[in-house]
Amino acid sequence: MRVSLFITCFNDTLFPDTGRAVVTLLERLGHTVDFPLEQTCCGQMHFNTGYQREVVPLVRRFVDTFADSEAVVTPSGSCAGMVRDHYGRMAEVAGDAGLAEAVARLSPRVQELSELLVDTLGVVDVGAYYPHRVTYHPTCHSLRALHVGDKPLRLLRAVRGIDLVELPAASECCGFGGTFALKNADTSTAILSDKLRHVLDTRAEVLTAGDNSCLMHIGGALSRQRTGVRTAHLAEILAATES
Amino acid sequence: MSAEVGFRPEPFPVAARTALADAQLRRNLGKATTTIRAKRAQVVGELDDWEALREAGRALKERVLRHLDDYLEQLEESVTQAGGHVHWARDAAEANRIVAEIVTGHGEREVVKVKSLTTDETGLNEALAAAGVSAWETDLAELIVQLGRDASSHILVPAIHKSRAEIRELFLRTLDVDELTDEPTELAGAARAHLRRKFLSARVGVSGVNFALADSGTVCVVESEGNGRMCVTLPDVLVSVMGIEKVVPTWRDLEVFLQLLPRSSTGERMNPYTSFWTGVADGDGPQEFHLVLLDNGRTDVLADRIGRQTLNCIRCSACLNVCPVYERTGGHAYRSVYPGPIGAILTPQLQGIDRAGSLPFASTLCGACYEVCPVKIDIPEVLVHLRARVVEHAAGTRPVPGPEALSMRALGWVFADRRRYEAAQRAARAGSVTISRHGRIRRLPGPLAAWTEGRDAPTVARQSFRQWWAARGGAR
Amino acid sequence: MLARVRAALRDVPPDEAPKDVPVERGYRTRDDAPPGELIDRFAERVEEYEARVLRVDADQVAAAVATACAARGARRLVIPHDLPAEWRPDGVELVADRVGAPLDHATLDGLDGALTGCALGIAETGTIVLDSGAGQGRRVISLLPDYHLCVVGADRVVGSVPEAVAALADAVAAGRPLTWISGPSATSDIELDRVEGVHGPRTLEVLLVG
Repeated sequence: MRVSLFITCFNDTLFPDTGRAVVTLLERLGHTVDFPLEQTCCGQMHFNTGYQREVVPLVRRFVDTFADSEAVVTPSGSCAGMVRDHYGRMAEVAGDAGLAEAVARLSPRVQELSELLVDTLGVVDVGAYYPHRVTYHPTCHSLRALHVGDKPLRLLRAVRGIDLVELPAASECCGFGGTFALKNADTSTAILSDKLRHVLDTRAEVLTAGDNSCLMHIGGALSRQRTGVRTAHLAEILAATES
Repeated sequence: MSAEVGFRPEPFPVAARTALADAQLRRNLGKATTTIRAKRAQVVGELDDWEALREAGRALKERVLRHLDDYLEQLEESVTQAGGHVHWARDAAEANRIVAEIVTGHGEREVVKVKSLTTDETGLNEALAAAGVSAWETDLAELIVQLGRDASSHILVPAIHKSRAEIRELFLRTLDVDELTDEPTELAGAARAHLRRKFLSARVGVSGVNFALADSGTVCVVESEGNGRMCVTLPDVLVSVMGIEKVVPTWRDLEVFLQLLPRSSTGERMNPYTSFWTGVADGDGPQEFHLVLLDNGRTDVLADRIGRQTLNCIRCSACLNVCPVYERTGGHAYRSVYPGPIGAILTPQLQGIDRAGSLPFASTLCGACYEVCPVKIDIPEVLVHLRARVVEHAAGTRPVPGPEALSMRALGWVFADRRRYEAAQRAARAGSVTISRHGRIRRLPGPLAAWTEGRDAPTVARQSFRQWWAARGGAR
Repeated sequence: MLARVRAALRDVPPDEAPKDVPVERGYRTRDDAPPGELIDRFAERVEEYEARVLRVDADQVAAAVATACAARGARRLVIPHDLPAEWRPDGVELVADRVGAPLDHATLDGLDGALTGCALGIAETGTIVLDSGAGQGRRVISLLPDYHLCVVGADRVVGSVPEAVAALADAVAAGRPLTWISGPSATSDIELDRVEGVHGPRTLEVLLVG
C-alpha cells in the first residue's frame, strides 16, 4: 500500500526521529511511504487557542496536499483528531461547500499510526525488538477523540524483549493542553506532577505514547528532575529491531 | 454568595494560585474527586444501556431547547391549572424581587431554603437580607458555607474544601451547642437539631427545580438529606425558582433523567429522596405555590447554535470530578456558582465573554468531561468555540492586536507557505542552538518562559524530517 | 421573555414541530427477570442503602410491625387513616392522620415513627415510591418522625425505572404528590463520609410482604 506521511510541523522540526521511525517501520512491512513536501501544519494550535480565521487556509493547504492520497498516516493522535473532528466545522466557518466536500472525502482516510497498522494494514506484530522496561501513556486525544482503544497496547505487547508495565491512572491528562501549559502554567505543572509520580512508580526506563507533544511535556519534567526516564514515541519502539 | 454583578473577577490563572499553593486542599480535592469518580464508574458500569440513555437524554434536551417557547407556555398553563402561580423573571434582580415580594407580602421574615444553584446564581439570599428576610440554607453543606460566610466550591458537595475539624469549630461558634466531636454523624446531628426548629417554624419555603414537566405542571426536586422534602412539604407557601431550560416535555421523559442524574451525580443507583408535586395538593403540603421562570442570560446561550447545548446541563457535576484542572484548583478559582468544565462554558455565556473570558482557557481539552456527561454536552467543542469568541472580542475591542494575536497571525502566515515554513525551521534551529546546553533547554525566552519553569524544552533538531527525506532521495 | 426565547431560536424552521426532533429510546424499558429474582434484587438493593428489609407473609404484617417497634422502643406511630386493618398491631399506639383533622407538625415531630404502605418498589434501584394513594397518607407523616416503617407488597415490585414511571403516570396526571425514597436520609457533605440520617427519618425499615 502507498501511504502518505503527514509528519506534523511539530515532529518535523523537533522530533524527526519519529518520522524516520514511521518510514522505517512501514517500509519494513512492505509498504511505500511518500511525503508530500507542501505540507506544513494542521492548524490545531490556532484552532485550540481561538484563532479560527488562521486555521482555514491551513485546512485548504492540507486538503490540497493530500487530496490524491490513498491513506494518510500521522504519528500524532491530536493532529489526526484535528483533521477528523474539526476540519468539517472549519469548512463550515469558511462557508465553503467545496472545501466541506473535500474534507468529508479526505478525513476518513487520515489515521493515527496505531489505527493504520491495526485497522487498515491488519498487523499487530510488526517484528520489533525492544529489550526495555516500558510504560505507555494513552494521550487524551488518542483515547477520547480518536478512540484508538487498546490498539497501541496490542502493538506494544507483540514487541519482542519488551517489559511492558501498566501506568497507574493512565487515562488521566498530563496537563499539556497546548497553549494551556503557558496560559495556566501553574495548574499545568500541578497536573504534570501527578503524572510524573505515576510514571516513576512504574520504574520504567522508557515512557511511550502516540503523541510527541505530551511526551515533550512529561519528558521535559523527567529531564528537569534528572529521573533518568527517557521518552520514545510509539513509532520508535515499533521500528526498533534486533540488528 | 455574591450576585456577581458590578465587578470583574480576577482571571482564572490568578484565582487558581491560592488553591494550588494549598497542599491540604489539593489532597482533599483529590480524595473527593477520586472517590466520587469511582462510585460513578461502578454504577454506570452496571447499566448496559447507559449509552442509549445518554443519547435519549441529549435528544430530549435538544427537543426541549429547539421548542423552548412552546414548552414554557405549556408549563405555565399546566402549573396555573394545577393551582400554582407562574412568574417570569428576565434577570436575577427581577427574580429576587418576585421572591422577596411573596415573602414580605405574607408578613414573613424568614424562609427555609433547599440547596439551589439557580438562587445562588441570582444572589437571592443577599437580596432577601436587604429586604429584611433571613434565608436559612438547610442543606448541610450549604449551611456550612452560609455559617462560615464562605463560597461553594463544588456543585454537589459545596463544602468539599472544609475538613471535619473546621466544621466542628464553625458549629461550636455559630450553633447553639456546647459539646461536639468532629465525627460526621455528630456534626450532622447538630445540624439536624438546629434546622428542625427552623423547619417547624418557617411559613415560606424556597427551592430550586431539577425538572418541571410541561404537560402536567409537575415539579421535581432531587436530594439526599430530606431537607428538600421539608422545604417543599412543611411551609404554607412554596416558591420554586427554575432556569427556563429545566423544562421537560412529559412525565415519561423522566424515566431517562431519573436514571442519568443520580448515577452521574452522587454515584448512586438512586438518590435518597425525590419529591414531585403538581401545583397545590388539597390538604397536603403548601397551599400556595409559586414557580419563577428565570432567564438571566439563558436566552443568549440559546441563541448561540454551538453554545446552546450548554443548556442540556442537569447539574450532576460528573464533569467536575473527572476534570484534571478542577481536581487541582477546586471550585473557588472559577469565581462563579458554576465551577469546573460546565462552569468554564456556562459562566462566560451567562455573564459575558468580557467578564469571564479566561474561563474557556481553563481546560486542557482532555475530553474527560464530555465522556462522562449524561446529556452529552460536547464541552471541549464549546470551549474551543468560546475561545474563538474571546479572540474575536479582543480583536474588536483592542486598538492594536496583543502579542498573542500577533504571534498567532505570524505563525499562520509562516504555515501558509512551504518556503516560509522551511525558513522558519532553519531560524528556529539557529535560535535553539544559542540557548541549549547538553541537548536541552532550561530556560526559554519571552512568553515561553512559563514552560521552562518546571520542564526542560527540547532543542530544535539539527536536521528536520523533511531535510532528511530530501537527503535520502524521497520515496523508495 | 417568550419573545427573547423565540428570537434566540430563529435557526429553527417555523414548520418544525417538537416531535420532529428525533428521540431514540434505545434503552431498556422493562426488566424481564422472573418476579422472584426481582423481589430478591429489590430487597438486596434496599439493604445496600443501610435500610433493613424484613420478609413476611401477608398474615404476619401486624406481628412484624409490633416486633420491629419493640426492638427500637417505638411506642407511638403515626398512620394514615386508611392503613389496612390487618397491618395494625396490638401493643403499639397508632395515631391516625385524618383528612379534615390533620395532625400538626409539632405532634408529628413528637411521634416515634410512621407506618405506611406504598405505591410500588423498584428492584433496579431499591426505591420505594409513595404516591399519596391508599394507605400512604400525606407526605409529611413519613417525613417528620425519625423512623419510617414501610410495607411493600411483593406484587408491587417492578423491575426498572421506566416500568415505575409508566405505573405512576395516572397518579401524576391526577396531580398527586409523589415521594421516591431510596434508603434513609443521608449526606456525604463532610469529607465525603456517608452519614445515614440528616433531616428525614434516620431509620428506614421495609416489610416485604409475600
